[in-house]
Parts: sequence; C-alpha cells; structure tokens
Amino acid sequence: MIIVKGLSKAYQVAKRSPGVKEAMKALFKREYKVVEALNDISFTIEPGEIVGYIGPNGAGKSTTIKVMSGILVPDVGTCTVMGFTPWKDRVQYVKHIGVVFGQRSQLWWDVPVIDSFELLRDIYKVPEQEYQSTLALLTETLELQEIIHMPVRQLSLGQRMRCEIAASLLHSPSVLFLDEPTIGLDAVSKIAVRRFIRTINEEKGVTVILTTHDMNDIEALANRIILIGKGKLLYDGSLSAIRSQFGTLKTMTVVYSHHAEPLKVEGAVIESWTTERAVLSVDTAQTVISEVLISLSQQVEILDVAIDTLPIEDMIIQLYKEHQL
Amino acid sequence: MKLYGKYIEILFKSQMQYRTSFWLLAFGQFLIPFSVFAGLYFMFERFGQIKGWEFSEVALCFSIIHMSYALSECFARGFDSFSALVGNGDFDRFLVRPRSTVLQVLGSKFEFSRVGKLVQSIIVLGWAVSQQLADWTMLKGLVLLFMIVSGVFIFTGIFILAATMCFWTVQGLEIANIFTDGGREMAQYPLNIYQKWVTRFFTFIIPFGCVNYLPLLYLLDKTTGNPLPYMLAPIAGILFIVPCLLVWHVGVRHYRSTGS
Repeated sequence: MIIVKGLSKAYQVAKRSPGVKEAMKALFKREYKVVEALNDISFTIEPGEIVGYIGPNGAGKSTTIKVMSGILVPDVGTCTVMGFTPWKDRVQYVKHIGVVFGQRSQLWWDVPVIDSFELLRDIYKVPEQEYQSTLALLTETLELQEIIHMPVRQLSLGQRMRCEIAASLLHSPSVLFLDEPTIGLDAVSKIAVRRFIRTINEEKGVTVILTTHDMNDIEALANRIILIGKGKLLYDGSLSAIRSQFGTLKTMTVVYSHHAEPLKVEGAVIESWTTERAVLSVDTAQTVISEVLISLSQQVEILDVAIDTLPIEDMIIQLYKEHQL
Repeated sequence: MKLYGKYIEILFKSQMQYRTSFWLLAFGQFLIPFSVFAGLYFMFERFGQIKGWEFSEVALCFSIIHMSYALSECFARGFDSFSALVGNGDFDRFLVRPRSTVLQVLGSKFEFSRVGKLVQSIIVLGWAVSQQLADWTMLKGLVLLFMIVSGVFIFTGIFILAATMCFWTVQGLEIANIFTDGGREMAQYPLNIYQKWVTRFFTFIIPFGCVNYLPLLYLLDKTTGNPLPYMLAPIAGILFIVPCLLVWHVGVRHYRSTGS
C-alpha cells in the first residue's frame, strides 16, 4: 500500500541570534543552517493497517505526512502509495487520500457544516448517489445529525473535529492521514473519535496513519508504531514488543501513616515522596518486589500498596531517553 | 467554472452573516473613488486639458481602469491576500485537493464590498459615454467591454505575481502595491501624458497601454491609419496573464520543495 524508501529531506533554516544588533545584521546578510528533517526513512505499510507515527516535537512527523500526502517533494528517496508517487501527478493521487490536520480546519467557518460538505462533494466530483450514502453513514456513526446544520464557528472543538474527519472521508479515500486528530479534545470526544477511526478501518478497510502525542490514542488504535526522532527512524514494530521490553518496570505507590524522614529502599528509585505517600519505580528483573516491601515495612507502617506496570506514556519516554531525544 | 460558482456561493453565504459590515464597507468603497474623481475634476477645472485630453475623455479612461481594478479585487482577492494562506499553512490544504491551485486560490476569497466601487465607476462611465465624445457603434461598445476585461486580467496578473513572491518571503510584500495601486493611479490617465520610459514600461512590461491608451484612441476616433491594431490591443493585455501563471507554477514548485 505504502512503500517508503530512503526518504531524506533537509531544510535551510535562517540562523537567529539574540540581540537587536544581530537582528539588524540579519536584515542584510542571513546565515543559514541546514536542518535534516528526514534522514533515510524507510518503511512499508500494508492495506488496512492502523499505524501510529510518533516522535517528539520537531522529529519530522509532519514532514513525513506532507511528503506522503504529496505536499512536499523530498530531496532523496522514493515513496509509492497505491502505485502513485505522491508529489508527481498530484491531482490524480490526492483523490484517493484523505488528510486531517488537527490544528487547522478545512471547513468554511461561517456557513453550516453541510454547505462545506456539499462544496467538497463538488471539489472531489463525488457522484450524488455515492455522496448521499457516504454522508448518511458518516452522519450516523459520528452522530452529526444535530450539528450538521450549524455554522462551524458555533461548534465545540470536539464537534468540529468529528466534522473535520467526516469531511476528509466524503470521497471514500483508501488512505487516511491524521495529523494529531485528538489534539485539544476532551475525554469524551477523544473516545468518540477513536471509536470512529476503528470503525472505518474495520468496515471500510481504510488504511490509517496517525500522528499523535497522546499515547492513549496509540494504545486504543494502533497495532504498530513507528517512532522517529531527529529525522531518523528509531523503532518500527508492535506495541506489545515495547510492552514486553519495558514490562519488568513497575510503579509502586505506597500509602503509610505519618513518617517524617525520607525513605531509603535498596533497588528502587523513589520518584516522589511526601510524609504520607511515596511513588517508587522498580525493575523486577533486578529487584524482587517482596524485598522492596520488606524494606518498606521496616521503615513505615504501610496502609496501602498499588503496583502497576509502567504506563505506555512512560515507556515511550524511556524509549526517547534511550535514543537521547 | 461551475465549481468556481459554488465557491462564490459559499463565500456569499459567509458574507451574508455579516450584513452590516458588508453595507458599510460597500458604502465606503463607493465614496472613496469619488474623492479621487473630484480631484481629477478640479485639476481639469484649473488646467483645462492635459496634452490635448479633455476632462470627459480622461473620465472615460478613469472609469474603465477603476472598474477593472474593482472587478479584479473582487475575483482575485485570494491572490491579493495570499500571504495569509501561506502563513497559516492553509495552502497545504489546497495541495491535497484534486483541483488546480489557481482555481482554489481564486475561490478562497471574494470581496463583495467592492460592489460599491463598481457602482461608482459605472456611474462615471455612463456619464463619460453620454458626453458624445465620439459616434458610438456596437463595435466600439465591444472594444470598451474588452478594455475592461483586459484590465481585469492585467490587475489579476499583478496580484498573482505579488502572491508568488510570498512563496519566498511568506509575508506579503508592499512592493507589489507599486504595480497594483500605482498602476491604477498611473493608468487612470491616458498613457502618453507621461515620460517616454514610463509609457514604454506600462505598454511592454505591464501592458496597461493596451487597456487605457491604444484602444482609447480608437474609441475617440484619434487613430491614424488602420484602426485594427488599436482595436485588438486589449487582447494583447489579456495575454499578460500567461507569463504570470507560469511564474505562479514555478512558485508552487519552489514551495513544495522547501515547504517554507
């Protein structure tokens, strides 16, 4: 479906030095430095996959999405999506893809949502019958009945995002690129959006590539993650592989009756500490939990203990750390 | 073309959300050129004529250029305010839609309030034509129409060139206003009143001469020899859009390779 090979792209970015004097100088003579946004990225995505594309800010996620959606032309490398090279023959290619930029709207601000949808129907030349059935399906699964006749500017962020996603699916694309689709949404809207992405993936077989900073998105949706940092591909594999890699890391939350002195526990790292509560991290590959408990019970009167595996969020942070991002 | 109509429709609906502001703007746009026109009138009051051009003749020229300018501001507003589209990244959106970028930029904005300006120039045009400067024929009417169309294309071309520069600078450049506002101010008088090099520049580089001078001579029966080249001059003005569009495509290609 999507084959990316050896993709590289470098930007020239103007150097900025602090101070008025430097700024004046920059008016006449600019110094540029080359930033490697993408450095030899390769991966293959099969039809019907949901892939989470993650990495810290500035890692090159958006650049990759832009290349794959045909907006940007890379310096080196090839990319084939459904047999098309995205940046060549743009007009033919983009009929088959949907793109959602979470931070930007593609709807017309002052008119009812349905008007935007109808214009998009004309832009993509969707046959009327097909449009009606797609619209009916989207309206039902995304629960748009009540908001579709409201102007976009009156919608809440969550309502708007549901409309944005619907808008990018009106022409029944085979690939959907979602750039931070849940950014700024409340918990309920996030869950609605996730459920919908699952639905269209399962029912219509749409291949989904999504970037996000919310690891819950990844956990709920993606079976596979691709991690990039500083333009390089760092990890490509299943989420469960990461889980087992970090599965021995446990977080232990201990509640105890008042104890004024800091705790000292052999083989555990104390993440936070108050006079009544402490959070410790333990690597069970090195330290046995019972030893930690013994050590604790010798120091304080334990009231409650909770032991959790590391949240996926923290696993990713560990992964970033390993690659020094 | 049908799609362009749809774009305009949705923009019109949007504009109608802000009716009061629309009427105020349109009214303002109606009044502003009057002050310019009054200036023109008082100048002729003082000097009688400029290089053999009567007030009513210049008024004809004035109304044609202002009408073209108002129309191109309506239609090509998307290019005029293009820096915003590049700045906030909305242009990326255009690139993932299966339509030409030119059509999408044209369809991104339509300045309805320029209707005020348009009405004003129609009034002036009506007055100038009624002054019986020459014998009006169907053919002359057609040439007049083409002069206006040609003017629209030239102004639009300049807007496109200015917008193209945004691909390199991101911010809009005031320098382009020299050619749009400046061109308009310049072209509201028959071109031969200026220095030779100015006349040449505005005939061969930016072909305002094809709108407000050569065909104007034909309208006013001032031509010598075969009038055909004078009649066809507006078509040459329309062709100005071609290199502008080429430059635009170069700009788009630059944008897609740098993503700035």
